[in-house]
Amino acid sequence: MSQIFAKGLVCPLDKNNVDTDQIIPKQFLTSVSRDGFAEALFFDWRYQADGSANPEFILNEPQYQGASILLTRTNFGCGSSREHAPWAIQQYGFNVIIAESFADIFFNNSVNNGMLLISLSASNIEFLFNRCKQGPQQWQIDLANQEILLGNNAAVGFAMDQDVKQRLLSGLDFIGASETLSPQIGQYEAARKQATPWLG
Amino acid sequence: MSQPSGKTLYQKIYQSHVVGSLNGSTDLLFVDRHLIHEVTSPQAFSGLRLAGRKVRRPDLTFATMDHNTSTQVRSYDAAGETSRKQLEALAANCAESGIELLDLYHPDQGIVHVIGPELGLTQPGMVIVCGDSHTSTHGAFGAIAFGIGTSEVEHVLATQTLPQQVARTLKVEVSGQLSPFVTPKDVILAIIGKLGTAGGNGYVAEFCGEAIRGMTMEGRMTLCNMSIEMGAKAGLIAPDDTTFAYLKGKPHAPKAEHWDAAVAYWQSLYSDADAVFDTVVSIDGSQIRPQISWGTNPEQVIAVDQPVPAPESFKDLIKADAAKRALTYMGLEAGQKLTDISVDVVFIGSCTNSRIEDLRAAAAVVGTQKVAAGVRALVVPGSGQVKRQAEAEGLADVFKAAGFEWREPGCSMCLGMNDDRVDAGQRCASTSNRNFEGRQGRGSRTHLVSPAMAAAAAIAGKFVDISQISVQAPQGAQA
Ligand code: SF4
Repeated sequence: MSQIFAKGLVCPLDKNNVDTDQIIPKQFLTSVSRDGFAEALFFDWRYQADGSANPEFILNEPQYQGASILLTRTNFGCGSSREHAPWAIQQYGFNVIIAESFADIFFNNSVNNGMLLISLSASNIEFLFNRCKQGPQQWQIDLANQEILLGNNAAVGFAMDQDVKQRLLSGLDFIGASETLSPQIGQYEAARKQATPWLG
Repeated sequence: MSQPSGKTLYQKIYQSHVVGSLNGSTDLLFVDRHLIHEVTSPQAFSGLRLAGRKVRRPDLTFATMDHNTSTQVRSYDAAGETSRKQLEALAANCAESGIELLDLYHPDQGIVHVIGPELGLTQPGMVIVCGDSHTSTHGAFGAIAFGIGTSEVEHVLATQTLPQQVARTLKVEVSGQLSPFVTPKDVILAIIGKLGTAGGNGYVAEFCGEAIRGMTMEGRMTLCNMSIEMGAKAGLIAPDDTTFAYLKGKPHAPKAEHWDAAVAYWQSLYSDADAVFDTVVSIDGSQIRPQISWGTNPEQVIAVDQPVPAPESFKDLIKADAAKRALTYMGLEAGQKLTDISVDVVFIGSCTNSRIEDLRAAAAVVGTQKVAAGVRALVVPGSGQVKRQAEAEGLADVFKAAGFEWREPGCSMCLGMNDDRVDAGQRCASTSNRNFEGRQGRGSRTHLVSPAMAAAAAIAGKFVDISQISVQAPQGAQA
């Protein structure tokens, strides 16, 4: 049974080591809200110093407007733990990121917001970038079967952590899931108080 | 069947914190200390409120204000309207939930990763989390300490636990004695240069070896602080007598009646001799030279006496391309010597290098000299305690007499969320941890260095090979 997690236009961002300072610069971090970060995404790349759109940045190119799948290279999301980074990416309209690798904290933050992050081998990433060079791509992501459907029966499979997959498929509130272990947390706290009273 | 083997330090601490099993390979880990600050917590508190949840253990949660505070004036208003709202939100959230807050007016306020250890909140064997990637700093005490996002902050507030999976283990052994003027900052930059910014992805790194054992707690904190810069989930150093001596008498350290039991427990926290690490890396500490970053990520680093590398010199095409882009951004050319390059700004501060030993090392280089004409130089102590001590020792006077600005504690120019920024095209010698594009201000050019190297750059107006100038060996900077 296939289950289409997402489908849409692909934006190929051909960069390695994109850090969270690039994804959303610090001046947007003073907000106390969880919304309103779409405009801040890739701000220093997207806008020139005078505030006008930078025509050379891929997100500003007409053929990528409305993209919902981001394709990039290695170590995406390294640096600061700011969850504003996945918020900005998601609020801009991306719900899937395909890369060779992701930084750990960024990966967790994205999953906690219901985004799907797919890691592929360097050669598969290269294959997908080459495909994007042929023209705008519309792909579908079949999460149940762990496949990126490229159209015309072409597909690229991907591996993923089964716990993460389960969470994305069930959409479970992760605090709620942990709260089912509340009695164990209480027992742990009591035992901890006994064994290591100095910890508080 | 493989032989049962010993456990690594990480595995020991992890296993002692498992509350229960969630699905599959995910465990629920108990969190001993949850540190929070103004930037990554407001949405977590709103989320709690929305769901009708309460903070489970306010007594294990501690807050400070550091990221967007002004370092010129102690006032909520001084860093702008939205920053003020964020600071007020933290104060209100802490008051409502009964969380201890070191606000802007508290004498011990400072950068979260400086004050945690200073107050004795950070102890061996703990699991410590904070909505900040440099939480890895606290691993210097033999604790599992790592940065989390805001959704996870909310999770910890609600349950005092966090779902986790066992990470892979990486052993980084630094053998030998460090040369004079080679500081823990140089050691970690050299390690990142070797392993790369993603070299530690998925791993918890344990640092060990003679050079590490010889480091003070402050040096170990500098080292673990930047383990996130090689992508590691956490950095870790087994606790020893240096650790115990540091903690004794700290306000939140175990009190006299528990001290011996605590130390006995802490002494069991080491990787067993037969523990198997997933990866082992060895580095000869005696070969490390003073380091300086030339590019836009911390792996783009060289010894200060090496020329800026040519992109073609990288076999890996990705690294070659990254080098090309970095040189353009940094306004540098292959083959240049950084000691020929002048600096506009010098920043001594950040959770990497703003502790008292860092300021002593910098002041020893400054002596009675003056900051070069045209250079803007800042010293931002990491905490109120560091500031007071530096003033008491006369270090503040050394800096002020030389022409440095002497500031209030905070993150400051490390990320420029307040008004301490590096202007576009300006070159900064910085003791912080990230040289990313735009990190210190749009178009800013950051070179990561040790406090001694930063101080020397301020005096000379250009980068200096610290081993070539004659100063007293900085205190605390040697193995
Ligand atoms: S000093 Fe810099 S790296 Fe450290 S917590 Fe503050 S902003 Fe983050």
